Amino acid sequence: MDNKNKKRKSQEAPRHLFQFIWAVITNSFVAGFLQGKIYTGKLKNLCVPGLNCYSCPGALGSCPIGSLQSMLGSRNYKFTFYVSGFLIFVGAIFGRFVCGWLCPFGLVQDILHKIPFPKKIKTFKADKLLRKLKYLILAVFVILLPMVIVDVTGQGDPWFCKYICPAGMLQGGLPLTVLNEGLRSAIGFLYTWKFLILAVTVLLSIVIYRPFCKYICPLGAIYSFFNKISVFRLRYDEEKCVDCGKCSRVCKMNVNPTKAPDSGECIRCGLCEKNCPTGALHCNWKR
Amino acid sequence: MKKELSLKYGIITAIIGLAMMLLGVYRGETIDVMAKAVKVCLECIGIG
Repeated sequence: MDNKNKKRKSQEAPRHLFQFIWAVITNSFVAGFLQGKIYTGKLKNLCVPGLNCYSCPGALGSCPIGSLQSMLGSRNYKFTFYVSGFLIFVGAIFGRFVCGWLCPFGLVQDILHKIPFPKKIKTFKADKLLRKLKYLILAVFVILLPMVIVDVTGQGDPWFCKYICPAGMLQGGLPLTVLNEGLRSAIGFLYTWKFLILAVTVLLSIVIYRPFCKYICPLGAIYSFFNKISVFRLRYDEEKCVDCGKCSRVCKMNVNPTKAPDSGECIRCGLCEKNCPTGALHCNWKR
Repeated sequence: MKKELSLKYGIITAIIGLAMMLLGVYRGETIDVMAKAVKVCLECIGIG
């Protein structure tokens, strides 16, 4: 079992390196970390594909979920072609490859899950039902509430960012309150609430693989709609398959690639491809 | 045949997405995206 774990860790190393490099590139505004401020340059016109809070001191781009909420809750627009179009474009090309390779918060959960723990949980009774929760969060907190609950000026709050998103707390809240005395003095109940959500996410990530991605992330929910049609996808060759079940056993998202290679839960990490003894599975752009 | 059709759906959808992005840029939506992104999002960081 120990050798198997070591082999899987080395198989995942290239993906983790890619994730790390991408996270560094998209959060490379070093002055932000040194001075407790955020980047305000022109790159913030562009959304990044993964969940990356735009209040992270190093963030160069905009969070697509944050941008979506701010546009849906905006006085000027109630529908955003730009942000919606971005999500559709990225989803149609990559599907949830973004989750597996381009999301900094996904990387954080990947690393946390490597911390040894006596009883890791691969699945449990409520797992299937809880996977639907992220779609409910998308519909209610990301779309409905920002549009419907508005203030006297017609502006809505970013409900998901404000009350749920642990990535905003980790990437923005913690560094900014450490570096900026003014913000630190404004800490109240909401900060405590979001810190608690982050703490629970961190602890759960040690025990369960990517709990936020599986059950909560509205961005993963959006990209999951595109997994069936995305240009980059997992391809399954039934003729080569010998039904050994290895792909299903190694999959940390609990997908059976032989039954559902285009499952909305697949983050295209490639672990199944690397472990398939007959080469029946491939993550690529074309057959 | 079925898989070929699926790939076309992905490409067509990507083109639609790209067209929507360009329309959004034309409408000036990036100004609003930028306006939000260059201020510290107090809601996002738990300040409110």
